[in-house]
Amino acid sequence: MKKIILVLSFSFLLWSCGGNESNIDPEKEKLAIKYGLTPFEYENGVGPIKQKLNIPSEIDRIKAESGKKIFEEKCTQCHKLDERYTGPALRDVTKRRTPEYIMNMILNPQGMTQKHPEAKKLLSEYALQMTFQNVSQEDARNILEYLRSESK
Amino acid sequence: MKTKKTILVLVPLLILGTILFNCSQSKETASFSDAAEKVYVAPGKLDEFYAFFSGGFNGQLSVYGLPSGRLFKSISVFSQNPETGYGYSEETKAMLNTSYGFIPWDDAHHPKLSQTNGVPDGRWIFINANNTPRVARIDLRTFETAEIIEIPNSAGNHGSPFLTENTEYVVASTRFSVPVPNKDVAISSYKENFKGTLSFIKVDQNTGRMDLAFQILVPGFNYDLAHAGKGPSHGWAFFTSYNSEQANELLEINASKNDKDFIAAVNWKEAEKYISQGKAKWIDAEYYHNVFDEEKLHAYSEKKSKVLVLNSKECPGIIYYLPTPKSPHGVDVDPSGEYIVAGGKLATVIPVHSFTKMLKAIENKDFIGEVDGIPILRYESVIAGEVENPGLGPLHTEFDGKGYAYTSAFVSSEIVKWKLGTWEVVDRIPTYYSIGHLMIPGGDSKKPWGKYVVALNKITKDRYLPTGPEICQAAQLIDISGDKMKLLLDFPTVGEPHYAQAIPADILIKNNKKFYELEKNKNPYKTNGEKEAKVIRNGNEVHVYMTTTRTHFKPDNIEGIKVGDKVYFHITNLEQDWDIPHGFAVKGLNNSELLIMPGQTKTILWVPQKAGIYPFYCTDFCSALHQEMQGYIRVSTQNSNVKLSYN
Ligand SMILES: [Cu+2]
Repeated sequence: MKKIILVLSFSFLLWSCGGNESNIDPEKEKLAIKYGLTPFEYENGVGPIKQKLNIPSEIDRIKAESGKKIFEEKCTQCHKLDERYTGPALRDVTKRRTPEYIMNMILNPQGMTQKHPEAKKLLSEYALQMTFQNVSQEDARNILEYLRSESK
Repeated sequence: MKTKKTILVLVPLLILGTILFNCSQSKETASFSDAAEKVYVAPGKLDEFYAFFSGGFNGQLSVYGLPSGRLFKSISVFSQNPETGYGYSEETKAMLNTSYGFIPWDDAHHPKLSQTNGVPDGRWIFINANNTPRVARIDLRTFETAEIIEIPNSAGNHGSPFLTENTEYVVASTRFSVPVPNKDVAISSYKENFKGTLSFIKVDQNTGRMDLAFQILVPGFNYDLAHAGKGPSHGWAFFTSYNSEQANELLEINASKNDKDFIAAVNWKEAEKYISQGKAKWIDAEYYHNVFDEEKLHAYSEKKSKVLVLNSKECPGIIYYLPTPKSPHGVDVDPSGEYIVAGGKLATVIPVHSFTKMLKAIENKDFIGEVDGIPILRYESVIAGEVENPGLGPLHTEFDGKGYAYTSAFVSSEIVKWKLGTWEVVDRIPTYYSIGHLMIPGGDSKKPWGKYVVALNKITKDRYLPTGPEICQAAQLIDISGDKMKLLLDFPTVGEPHYAQAIPADILIKNNKKFYELEKNKNPYKTNGEKEAKVIRNGNEVHVYMTTTRTHFKPDNIEGIKVGDKVYFHITNLEQDWDIPHGFAVKGLNNSELLIMPGQTKTILWVPQKAGIYPFYCTDFCSALHQEMQGYIRVSTQNSNVKLSYN
């Protein structure tokens, strides 16, 4: 039940987020404080991405293609698109999480499972620490684009 | 009755012994709490120095921390290691190729850190193989063996590997003289047919790649140890020799007759000149050069067939003999480069030669004779001083950079501290027991970190819990920061440590490699992600392209393998994080397991002998679901028609 609410609130956030610090949901803020995070971190994860990125709605095919290659070499051993594997299925991840959250998870998995309640939950569910796969910020951006292109 | 009496006698003796022991304890050992504090590295804290101890007969190089004495790693060099697959995996087998075939072991004695301007720089460490003469280079970013070169025309590569002050050359001398080139002759023809060689291996400053540049043919003595000059003596290298009698039997008597043997002072810059003038000859010599290709993560051998040789007879001015009492072992050059200290095993003094005096004696042709055209300098003209009463059986000397020298005395089991210039002994401390080499971090360089001296002991009886007839060798850490040497710590070592080197940890830590980048892995059998995991049959060869990640193999079920197939498992570890190796073992695998570092590809060959089901699994505990990291292989008889399949 809780999960559904969280997923819902995340989706809600995706719609509503303009990255503008001025219209913070007070509910959110309370939760963020509870976990020792800033409202931005609560929504977008903990890691090198510290502000909203300006991501056009149109898919960048070149980025997505490059992301696919990296994903296949470095991620598919744990993540499939449609089935639960060593880690969660990722087809709909761009619907569940913000782009910044996804990139922070890729770039700082250890920090995320230590600090972020959502990542913590996944660690206890899968009993496996996701690892940093030596990708650059640009690589992570390309992987994000690939995941966006595969989203249905 | 008798027993009782014995006890009665023994008890007072024991008490006396205890008292004596306590007395000596209070003198030479720092108080226990003081010593404990000095070597205690609190949990989570790091040691101040990396120390590299040769493994002697185990053919490896061990890495310890100082001052704690904690063992971190044994680096596989000349010996196969079934724990990691070194020397067994298809990628590393070529490292152990020699002109005598595949040699999976050796006797490794002297580690030597690369230097820049006479100071250890942390790029590489070299070590010798005595038995089948070789020199290895270990990369200090990965702590793995990067290269091994064989030395032809050498036998018992003991005086090796010693470096010139910018690592221009690795020098190596032969312990046993042999016919050059080797041939079938009567041993009694020693004086006529047997020769020594001094080898100069050039080191590429960018890659570290070694290349045997030239050898110098010298009289048939035994050449024992070496050190290159530094500062003013840069351009020279010094080699001890014994058996100037040129005996070939019962050397313990027949090679100890002469009152003095020689240190050979070799002017290698002069040798370079002779070579550029075309004085050297190429002679046939078979030897191997094995390099681990960093990109392909795969070792390749090259067989060489010629070596450039200078005959000392035909090249006046490249070698002079410094007479040195008596059967000298170590030869050590002080930080200033002026003093050349010999360890005369049978001498009653430590002779110290002066480089300046040597040059003057050469200029004045102050010679007392010659051997095969090599002038022998007058002892009195080259000697700077003699250290009196240096202990029995002095072997090796290192320096603290504060004007003092420390010499190990094997027979009297002690370290003797003496002052350069006045040659007087200022302190001595017993070692437990029979010390061979000793080591001060940077103690053979221009700038020693003179805080500790480590004694490397051959005998340890009664110092540790006994473990049957075979007991450990050991090291002792001694504080030399004050006037008096103080024993801080005993610790057992892996193998027999002959020599060691140490360097401040921060110099190495900053270059430490954490994993192999998948993008840079150009191994021909790499699997690019799980999607490419596959099994391919090619006649009776089966190639399994397998990946590992926490916590599964891909593929993990394979059918259609047949008895007698040559199954190559090419395993790529897809992890890109520090400290996440995976292991691989399949039931009945009769060579070795594999440990595959993150981003690495390794290959092991398996030839199943019987039909049945063979489980395989990860041998390196990698995660909570490590026990789930497993798979099955179905092996069928040769005439079965089970199709090759996998998932
Ligand atoms: Cu594992």
